[in-house]
Amino acid sequence: MRARSRDALRALAPIILALLLGGVILAALGRDPILFYTRVLNRTVFNASGLQEVAVLMAPLLLIAASLIVCFRAGLWNLGTDGQFLLAAVFVSAYGPALVVALPYWVAICALMLLAAGVAAAWAALPALLRAWHGVNEIISTLMMSFLAFSLSAFLVKTYFGDPENTVPQTLVLPVEDRLPRIAESLVHVGVVFAVLAVLVVHLVMTRTAFGLRLRIVGHNPRAAEHVGLHVPRLTLAVFGISAALAGLGGAIEILGVRGVVRADWHPGFGLLVVPLVFLARFHGVAVIGFVAFFAVLTIGGESAARRADLPNHFLLVMMAMILGILALVDHLAARAKERG
Amino acid sequence: MDTLLTTAFMTAFIAGTIAATLPLLLAGLGEQMSEKAGVLNLGLEGMMLVGAFAGFAVALESGSFTLGFLAGIAGGMAVAALMVLACVVLPLNQIVIGIGITLGMQGATSLAHHVMYSESYPRLPRQPEFAVPLLSEIPVLGASLFTQNPVVWLSFALVAVMAWLYRATNIGLNLSAAGEKPAALDLAGVGITLTRSAAVLTTGALAGLAGAYMANIGAGLFVPFMTNGAGFMAIVLAMLARGRPGWVLGGALLVGVATSLTTALQVAGLNIPTDLVQMLPFIMIMIVLTIFGRRAGLPAALGHPYLRGAR
Amino acid sequence: MRLSGITKRFPGVVANDDVTVELFPGEVHALLGENGAGKSTLIGMLAGVQRPDAGTISVRGEAVAITSPREAIRLGIGTVYQHATLVPNMTVAENLMLGQSWWRPMRRDAMLARLAEISVLLGVQTDPDAVAGTLSLGQQQQIEIMKALWRGERVLVLDEPTSMLTPQGVREFGEVVMRLRDAGLAIVFVTHKLNEVLEFGDRVSILKLGRLVGHIAPERLRAMTPGDATAQIIDMMFGREPKPNDIGLRRATPPDGAVALTVEGLCTAPEARQQGLSDIGFALRVGEVFGIAGVDGNGQKQLAEALAGQLRASAGRVLLGGQDVTVLGVAGRQRLGLRYLTDDRLGEGTVGAYSVGLNLVLKQVGEAPFWRRGLTDEAAIQAHAESMITRYDIRTPSAETPIARLSGGNIQKALFGREMSNGPRVVIYNKPTYGLDLANIRLSRQRIREAADAGVAGLLISTELDELLELCDRIGVMYRGRLVGIVENGPDAGPRIGQLMVAGSA
Repeated sequence: MRARSRDALRALAPIILALLLGGVILAALGRDPILFYTRVLNRTVFNASGLQEVAVLMAPLLLIAASLIVCFRAGLWNLGTDGQFLLAAVFVSAYGPALVVALPYWVAICALMLLAAGVAAAWAALPALLRAWHGVNEIISTLMMSFLAFSLSAFLVKTYFGDPENTVPQTLVLPVEDRLPRIAESLVHVGVVFAVLAVLVVHLVMTRTAFGLRLRIVGHNPRAAEHVGLHVPRLTLAVFGISAALAGLGGAIEILGVRGVVRADWHPGFGLLVVPLVFLARFHGVAVIGFVAFFAVLTIGGESAARRADLPNHFLLVMMAMILGILALVDHLAARAKERG
Repeated sequence: MDTLLTTAFMTAFIAGTIAATLPLLLAGLGEQMSEKAGVLNLGLEGMMLVGAFAGFAVALESGSFTLGFLAGIAGGMAVAALMVLACVVLPLNQIVIGIGITLGMQGATSLAHHVMYSESYPRLPRQPEFAVPLLSEIPVLGASLFTQNPVVWLSFALVAVMAWLYRATNIGLNLSAAGEKPAALDLAGVGITLTRSAAVLTTGALAGLAGAYMANIGAGLFVPFMTNGAGFMAIVLAMLARGRPGWVLGGALLVGVATSLTTALQVAGLNIPTDLVQMLPFIMIMIVLTIFGRRAGLPAALGHPYLRGAR
Repeated sequence: MRLSGITKRFPGVVANDDVTVELFPGEVHALLGENGAGKSTLIGMLAGVQRPDAGTISVRGEAVAITSPREAIRLGIGTVYQHATLVPNMTVAENLMLGQSWWRPMRRDAMLARLAEISVLLGVQTDPDAVAGTLSLGQQQQIEIMKALWRGERVLVLDEPTSMLTPQGVREFGEVVMRLRDAGLAIVFVTHKLNEVLEFGDRVSILKLGRLVGHIAPERLRAMTPGDATAQIIDMMFGREPKPNDIGLRRATPPDGAVALTVEGLCTAPEARQQGLSDIGFALRVGEVFGIAGVDGNGQKQLAEALAGQLRASAGRVLLGGQDVTVLGVAGRQRLGLRYLTDDRLGEGTVGAYSVGLNLVLKQVGEAPFWRRGLTDEAAIQAHAESMITRYDIRTPSAETPIARLSGGNIQKALFGREMSNGPRVVIYNKPTYGLDLANIRLSRQRIREAADAGVAGLLISTELDELLELCDRIGVMYRGRLVGIVENGPDAGPRIGQLMVAGSA
């Protein structure tokens, strides 16, 4: 089998198998799987506004995917993207309404994006420093900072950033007309384009530049990285900073493009869900766009189909988990076959 | 100060502390055993949820809390078997599989709850009384401290049992070797697969019990995603405990106290924002990491599958 | 025991090809061969770590299948491996108790009794509560031998047991082996050192490239003088090729006076299981090859890393051609012409999954002409790779082949080419011929010589004395982290260096 088609099979097999297994589970629960999947597609792909909703959902997901690609390729586990995303979103939501009034629109938007990136990167600073200089396991530290971020955000929204005139604890609302402009007359806002570009840029940087190569060397073989003269601690800090900043930008886009407000109890939890997608795409920027699209279709379409089949849409989680498991298995089998062959 | 010493406050505080500590303690002890043997088990949260759901469902249908706990243990072990298959028998990536298991079990238990109980939202009846004679009548503390479910006392005893296990038995020796230098153990003729499988299955059992406790005793019902990060917290506690069960207890207690402080302070009428208090355990852990992070003391072979005679 | 017609294949190589070996009680059977001859694979089968693809193993005439280490132990076969299998942070007692059935209670007194028994057998003394990682390598090996013999002594397999020992350690080891042999054990002893074969061996089998190419039975060996035995063994190993030592590669003219590298008072902090450096000082002249001799583990690796910039110095200075580079990191020193050819080719020298071409420019990431304004110029990398492949005769299917697929010798050629490109002034060679076959060893030594003649000073770290004597103008000896002497190469250099290696003083 030619290499390209073999790679494609390796990537698609887990999805196809998972969808099949999902169908089996649906049948076991007494729901019609064909009907379910048909509804998913009708709601999203075969429906103009559905496609637009899918595109809009993809924006924050793609930025998180970009964030994960950067750190996974460098061999680091930034599992704190949820917290970085949320905290950035809260700050953007808090200062947004004021800034768009005080400054020219695009200046305000840029300032808010920088704010989001800065807040998120600052939040990753402690885990980054601990990892770079003391080798402290970043899985623990980023997870802990994430949980801290949830509580901190809730606190901020309920107090300093809260809308004093609203009984529901939430920030001031960014008026709809001040949110990111839409393309043509659709629901798709420019943030979506920004996110797609971000993923592509990350991919190009990681695969075609010296900087990207340095990060990849650290990820592949940290001892070799030191041997060939790379400054591993500095690169580690850079990776965390960039990865967190991207996650933060995801939060900013979500607020500026779609929500315009943060409620105290909101956390979408995209971070962990995007991890399997990034692995499926083998950290490849273009492939990731495809997988994120698949996930968005399944999420939006699945929510509607699940509701109509009287199921909680957490069914999706089971699907994602199966994809991860099958992916790991397929990878292993492929590696074994390669060894023998 | 008066308000702090009233029975009402102490009862709420102690009850809350134990309710928060127990699951962390059990799950933490379990995770510690896995990690000692060299397996990083990120699926702990998933095991707890399945234990919680299984424990709740069986207790509800059978009317017996004991059966519920046993079901929780079985549920946790079933999930652990998946982990064993994927990461001990096969050398798949432990982190990816662990996340997968957590996500999958979150979804599966939520699904199962929806299918079975979304109409009725049943609750369990109050657990039977377990007052220890005499001791439970101590003023202020007695009412809460000595009316706990036996599982609580068993869990505290477990700390001593595991400490003894690690220090003075062949099991403990084999576990340490499996995590530190599996080649040494393999060449001494002991199966690495067997040792690690046993460790992970025990983790599943303990995590399942922790989940069952959370559902049946702590809350009285099952809510999807109810573990809410407790599994990850237990993983962190296990990582920081440097192989000593006593330290898992200490860490779990600290976090339990910080967690229950929220409700207790509200009962006492003090008005500290709950969110800030909830941050306490995480802040403590970050402080510990910053000061002691460098000498983490994690087993050398943690996270790496063992391949005999690998070239 | 008899291993008969053993064949074992791995992807791309036949490790054992129809090998037959017999073990007798009360005899030391030496298995001699170069690196890669298949010795470790063969004894792996005795140990239960490998299974043969063809052939049989039998004990006292009965066929057996040694399917796992447990099975090997059951048959009374104890194995001591080249790399320590003790758990470093456990005590000796705990290490010895490893492997007991898990359901049995820990039997410390039973263990102590057996320990006493075996200690008498070996003629050594041990402290059961010492932490294994803190013992000397020789002592650790004694514990390993005890472990091997714990469950019952019938066969003892030793894989390159002396590679990490001091000469004193080797002598003690020899005494232990003799005692065990006299007690009736069958001992298999794998080595690539000829002198040990003659000293300890009763019977000799010689492996070359997976095949059994020679065998000397005890009676014949006893009857020959050491000189004759040596000649015969060499004959079997190399055919009639002249010994590599016959060709002296020393420089015809002495190096000129300009100093290329100066080291003053260099110290590094000792770490767990790693030697620290104390007050290292020497000067390397342009075009000189300066050797560093010493038993492995006396600080040579730390010296290489400290000079390269990978290990931070706690005191002292390093000057490259008069310029102080002490505060510079690896990248800074590389740019000034200080290169490090590491012995750890796949662990730190290369990224195995990357192509040959990329590895060749791995130390120049971001630099022109391979990177312009940060962007990778694949064509430039490819062109460079092709020219290097031709120039250094690197045998590879293509420049895009992942470098891990190449043989050790070709990886070494690639690394050599890499370090020699882009204007080197001083190159640190750390065990450059380790693990290479004869032809590549000669080629590498020639290249080092040519480089020196072209003005590139070389610091040659090696554990092979003949290599040092062949190439170096002067040879420093490292002992416990200190440079205990610098010897001018000459007729009596060998013994003087040997003395320094052993005793730390002349």
